[in-house]
Amino acid sequence: MVDRGKSFQVVANLIMVLLVLFCLVPFVLLIVSSITQENSLVRNGYSFIPEKIDFSAYKYLLVDSGSIVRGYILSAIVTVVGTVLNLTLTTLFAYPLSRRDLPGRGVLAFFLFFTMLFNGGLVPSYIMWTQMFHIKNTIAALLFPNLMMGAFYVIMMRTYFTTNIPDAVIEAARIDGAGELRILLRVVMPMSVPIIVTLALLVGLGYWNDWLNGLYYINEDRLYSIQVLLNKMLMDVQFLMSNTSAAQSLQGQDFTLPSTGIKMAVAVMGALPVLVIYPFFQKYFVKGIIIGAVKG
Amino acid sequence: MIKQKKSLGRKLKAYLPLYLMMVPGAVYLIINNYIPMAGISIAFEQFNYSKGMWGSPFIGLKNFEFLFKTKDAWIITRNTILYNVAFIVLGTVFAIAVAVLLNEIHSSRAKKLYQTTILVPFLISIVVVSYLVYAFLSSDSGFINKTLLPALGKEPISWYTSAQYWPFILILVNIWKGLGYNCIIYYATLVGIDRGYYEAAVIDGANRWQQILHITLPALKPTIITLTLMAIGKIFYSDFGLFYQVPMNSGPLLDVTNTIDTYVYRGLMSLNNISMASAAGVYQSLIGFLLVLVANFVVKKLSAENALF
Repeated sequence: MVDRGKSFQVVANLIMVLLVLFCLVPFVLLIVSSITQENSLVRNGYSFIPEKIDFSAYKYLLVDSGSIVRGYILSAIVTVVGTVLNLTLTTLFAYPLSRRDLPGRGVLAFFLFFTMLFNGGLVPSYIMWTQMFHIKNTIAALLFPNLMMGAFYVIMMRTYFTTNIPDAVIEAARIDGAGELRILLRVVMPMSVPIIVTLALLVGLGYWNDWLNGLYYINEDRLYSIQVLLNKMLMDVQFLMSNTSAAQSLQGQDFTLPSTGIKMAVAVMGALPVLVIYPFFQKYFVKGIIIGAVKG
Repeated sequence: MIKQKKSLGRKLKAYLPLYLMMVPGAVYLIINNYIPMAGISIAFEQFNYSKGMWGSPFIGLKNFEFLFKTKDAWIITRNTILYNVAFIVLGTVFAIAVAVLLNEIHSSRAKKLYQTTILVPFLISIVVVSYLVYAFLSSDSGFINKTLLPALGKEPISWYTSAQYWPFILILVNIWKGLGYNCIIYYATLVGIDRGYYEAAVIDGANRWQQILHITLPALKPTIITLTLMAIGKIFYSDFGLFYQVPMNSGPLLDVTNTIDTYVYRGLMSLNNISMASAAGVYQSLIGFLLVLVANFVVKKLSAENALF
């Protein structure tokens, strides 16, 4: 490690910069294309240098089309509600499991753990959710299946509790007369902020990025989250036209949808919240990935 | 005896609040995970929506017989396994190479910047990824057909109908998306290596390459083994979005994009062939289960502390 020539550093950094470009270049193409004027897009295709800058794709999405704004609001609600529900279930399940003195702890841990080893697959799940619980075309379809609690995150949280909360602290709280729920809320959770933030970010990311539940269980426009809208629009941009009153009134005035540019603009909007939030919480994401991979 | 019983009763009562806390999660697991596990019985039935999961007539292994008579069974198994093998091998090699390189870089600010940016693709939903791919590959407005190929004097290619390119495209997309994730895990192991080893190696006259070969890689061995075996445990599963959404569900590409997961979905939704879909699902679940058990058994033999259970 002492043999570090300056030239080696230059080469190493150069390779890393190329790698960074490899990761980011597709986003540049996406963003530049989304602000390029429709006519030049049709003529030249998606490119890295905009011939003529024009924000009409965004104007259309945000002002004229109700779908995107609605999808955004729906995604935001589902993400917040889902994350809160998930963390509640996860914490309530993980804390008792972290207590070494709990009778039946092994059986309960296995009950949780087995769900990571074996699963029934899509067909029985789909039939159960649609036939027994009738969640098709309800907001519950975006919240409940698969995302509301996962063994993996429960185990991450339990491990955090067992390694970071000394038994003596819990014992002391009990001697002071605190009940179990009170101990969890007032003693354990304040000491567990890092893992709660980490899991909240991972769970929130899961909800925001989820499109599978929408694909499986939703076929009404009013319940399309942003990712589901993205999915529908990749196949058919005209879909946007068919279901907005603004577009219908515009159609009468010989309006053509700037469809080539809109495709890119809508993808930018789907990715934007994640890209904006991520730099601020980078270290939590990284920490979450590391403990998840090593101790899952 | 009676006294003991009483104290057990009292003990359970003392723990009652803890058990109650677990009720919501337990109910959720029963619904979301355990009922569908029991629901694999559908694969052994002539399923009928009106009769439901438990009422449809039992037909034994007929669905499996039909499934394995089709050439789809072979294609989806081949695709799922071969893609996973490619992802495991190439993904691991690239991730380690990048992690080692990252570890050699001096400036901690540059290091952090690199680490932050290569993780970005991992955070993006696969639907957005399919737009990124589309921006490059679209036949009439894609960057490659409109700018790159004309500049090279080549004819445009109809990417979404040309199956021969897709194995490479899907592998490239998967590496692009997963590199940061894998790299961070290996990098975390590298950071933990005792600096003393390197200092000693330098005193012995080892060059950088020798240090990597004899200190860094051996130190990574347990992580490589664990992650690889875990990936082998999941070799029967594929990322549905990568194989369904990124190729835009294009028919001419099916030969190289159909995996067990996309087959099950198509059977369930578009072809309305629930029997075959559920048979394929059970085939996946059972072999997947066996593979996880075997993988974990091997991890346990090699490094017990990294075993899943």
